[in-house]
Amino acid sequence: MQQEFPIVPPPETSSPPPTLIDVAGLSLFYGSHQALKDISLGISERLVTAFIGPSGCGKSTLLRCFNRMNDLIDNVRIEGRCQIGGEDIHAPEVDVIELRKRVGMVFQRSNPFPKSIYENVAYGLRLHGTRDRRVLDETVERSLRGAALWDEVKDRLHQSALGLSGGQQQRLCIARAIAIRPEIILMDEPASALDPIATMKIEELIVELKREFTIVIVTHNMQQASRISDRTAFFYLGELIEYDATPKIFTQPGKRQTEDYVTGRFG
Amino acid sequence: MNARFARRRTDWISLFFTGTTGLATVLIVAILALILGSILVNGAPHISWQLLSGDSAKDMFDVTKAGLLPLIIGTSERVLLMTVAVMPVGVITAIYLTEYAPSTSLVTRIIRSAVNNLAGVPSIVFGLFGLGFFIGFVGRELDSVLHGASADPVWGRPALLWSSLTLAVMTLPVVIVATEESLRAIPPGLREASLALGATKLETVFRIVLPNALPGIMTGGILAIGRAAGEVAPILFTGATYYMSGTPKALTDPFMDLAYHTFVLSTQSPNIDMTRPLLFATVVILLALTFALNIVAVLIRGRMRKRLRALG
Amino acid sequence: MPNSLPAHVVPAATSSRRTAGWMGIRRGHRARPGEWLAEHAIFAVALSTILLIFLIFVFVGREALPLVFGKVSTAAVRTFIPPADLDRLPPETIREYLGLSDSDFKAKDHDTLKLLMEVRAESAQEASTDRDAGINTVSWRYLLRPHQWTGYDKPSYIWQPVSGIPKYNLVPLVIGSLKATLVAMLFAVPISLAAAIYVSQLAGGRVREWTKPIIEMLAGIPSVVLGSFALLVFAPAFKSLFGLDSLLNATVAGLCLGLTCIPVIFSIAEDALTSVPRSYTQAALALGASRWQAAWQVVLPAGLPGVFAAVVLGFGRALGETMIVLIASGMASNVSWSFLDSVRTLTATIAAELGETPFGGAHYRMLFLLGALLFTVTFFLNLTADLILHRLKRRLEGGR
Repeated sequence: MQQEFPIVPPPETSSPPPTLIDVAGLSLFYGSHQALKDISLGISERLVTAFIGPSGCGKSTLLRCFNRMNDLIDNVRIEGRCQIGGEDIHAPEVDVIELRKRVGMVFQRSNPFPKSIYENVAYGLRLHGTRDRRVLDETVERSLRGAALWDEVKDRLHQSALGLSGGQQQRLCIARAIAIRPEIILMDEPASALDPIATMKIEELIVELKREFTIVIVTHNMQQASRISDRTAFFYLGELIEYDATPKIFTQPGKRQTEDYVTGRFG
Repeated sequence: MNARFARRRTDWISLFFTGTTGLATVLIVAILALILGSILVNGAPHISWQLLSGDSAKDMFDVTKAGLLPLIIGTSERVLLMTVAVMPVGVITAIYLTEYAPSTSLVTRIIRSAVNNLAGVPSIVFGLFGLGFFIGFVGRELDSVLHGASADPVWGRPALLWSSLTLAVMTLPVVIVATEESLRAIPPGLREASLALGATKLETVFRIVLPNALPGIMTGGILAIGRAAGEVAPILFTGATYYMSGTPKALTDPFMDLAYHTFVLSTQSPNIDMTRPLLFATVVILLALTFALNIVAVLIRGRMRKRLRALG
Repeated sequence: MPNSLPAHVVPAATSSRRTAGWMGIRRGHRARPGEWLAEHAIFAVALSTILLIFLIFVFVGREALPLVFGKVSTAAVRTFIPPADLDRLPPETIREYLGLSDSDFKAKDHDTLKLLMEVRAESAQEASTDRDAGINTVSWRYLLRPHQWTGYDKPSYIWQPVSGIPKYNLVPLVIGSLKATLVAMLFAVPISLAAAIYVSQLAGGRVREWTKPIIEMLAGIPSVVLGSFALLVFAPAFKSLFGLDSLLNATVAGLCLGLTCIPVIFSIAEDALTSVPRSYTQAALALGASRWQAAWQVVLPAGLPGVFAAVVLGFGRALGETMIVLIASGMASNVSWSFLDSVRTLTATIAAELGETPFGGAHYRMLFLLGALLFTVTFFLNLTADLILHRLKRRLEGGR
């Protein structure tokens, strides 16, 4: 099936950004259920790549392959290849801890630790051995500024993170993720639980972050995908249907299914 | 006009059964109130400072002369020692079951089954086990290694240590179940967040999961103490003694005990009418101890649930 | 750009279930050295629960085993060697006859040995006058079947371990345990199940929130306290209410025993009924059933295995409870059908007698045999309930 629709590479811009994540023939099984079917795609550096598709299409599952969060689930089997920066991340000698330091993640529901704002951001640093108070202070500030949260929380760094609003909590989670300087940030519907204003702030932040990080975002919200992403991949029932530059996906999609979905005829 | 939705005839059968089952519920609560009330009314007037703080050697059956302090100390000691023994084992087992064990594995299933089974073992069997294993086996082996076979037993006889360990075995399921519940209440999102930041599983457990589950773990400990404080059967042959002078000086000493004393007063009194006030008073103190602990546990658990609900 | 090799050409990067070995340590990544050690220590500690069950079996059973295999005898020896033969027979025979160890035998002088042999001969001659003395009373025949002992007018089941001829018939104890347990179950089962149905299905949220912890508080009362309550308050009231002769009997003990079963049965049954998906009730209500009908016709059948398990566990609890029956059952070992007679249960017998028996003797082993019996029975009861509850949970979760 898949072979009948060879993946069209995104149109070349003036200087094509190098591919950072390279997926080839990736299939994933939960027990006997196949959740991803022979996925092949390349994700380029310092771009925002959006995964869209109806619920259960496998977009989140694929995202979780990139930092191997799927390893935590029993009875998962993965076939095919997934390389980041030329390294096969499923190779036996790969240290998952190192991988996850390089590939950060922001979740659908904001999940700050029940600690202070400061300790939330510092958690990853402490984990990886930073003890120096000055380094911690600097990194916390830089990360919070990077997540556009510094001005709102600088006076209450040592208060509980649970006192923040939903949108602030989510930006705190972004700050926490960027504190350990990953190369890639995976975002799993980061704004789906937020109100429109908080969503807008997150979106602005994502566009800002792409200058430093490669971002892969799963979203339900097609306007969001069209607003912030450079490339969009459409998934349906575990298959990658179409992957192209965002404007093209939304204005002249190559496949009937994609068109039906982005115009709201199903999903 | 429209009679289609008119109230239908009273459903007497439903009403009857709702009434009877409700009555059964009320009855249980009433029985509980009756028990506590009758004990309190009969016992509370006899509680005096001298009873609580006195160290009476002679009149163990007379409320006006007896002093229960050595008994209270003995009970506290055995319960504290038990807590020290049971908490690490219980908490670590619960960590394994919630954080590491896959739900489908046979080993997990057997461990769970063993925990449930342990919870249903009669307390007198724990007493026999304590006598046969801790005293008859561990204690005697220690004696023969440390003192040679023929000397007087030091370890191989009823003692505070053996009673506490026997109780620890008995309360292990209580701690495991309570800890498991509190670990499961930690939102999975927190674990994911920690792991996604590059923490190992072990770091996640010790830095994120355990600190937040602490109130629940404490609840488990308190429930275990409440359960153990009132138990008599497991300590009958493993360390409790009817009378000794003073309190235990070493782990290998026997001890006097509040719950055990309640039993002695109710079965071995030469004159039940004279003993009655003291028995009531002792029971009130014992109840106050165990019940206060249970209520504290329930309160902590309630607060933790609320807090975790806020966490999402 | 990605090559487009078909999936079967690309080697599988990961195999299935790589995340959990037989120890079931689900980590998701390869461990660092210290981590590996810590996690396997955690696993070892978790295994200790299995070890404990095993140890209970071994160490309670160990003391009872010599009895089971007929290695213990209470029969008096009727044959004896005349003391005059001391010098005639080889020392080894004498040593064996007197049951002495080598060093003990060597430590004793001629006169002491002679004295020992005289004592032995005397007791053997005495024993031969009582026709019961030669009986090994711990053999299975005497443990389970009635026997007409000297001085009795008919074959009887007698538990009388402290007497010239110790009698260890188990029947009165088993009957005692069953009687007290039966009373407890007759009282506790209907009332706790009714309360479980009410609290889980019929009561409003507020009532539910309050009653559940209050009923479970009943479990927090130490059994020795319930026993004292039975002795001091309940038994006298019961006696005067029904005009009985004796204060303590199977019914008094059984009713108080029931109080310890109520929280067990209630909370497990309530859990089972609550775990029946709400959608079942809603479907029934949508079809016009009353709340009671929904509870009785839909929820109860779905949760029935759980209710059964609750009763099984309650039974085990009542059977194994010690202090209440020790204080409030009267402790007389009767074999009768009357529930107003005193009873002596297995548990109370162990508790009352073990403190006064010499270590390692026949009586001591007999009490461990009772304990092993008790443990075996409750072990299988617990196992049954565990299996039932596990299957119910899987089924209800699957059906959600």
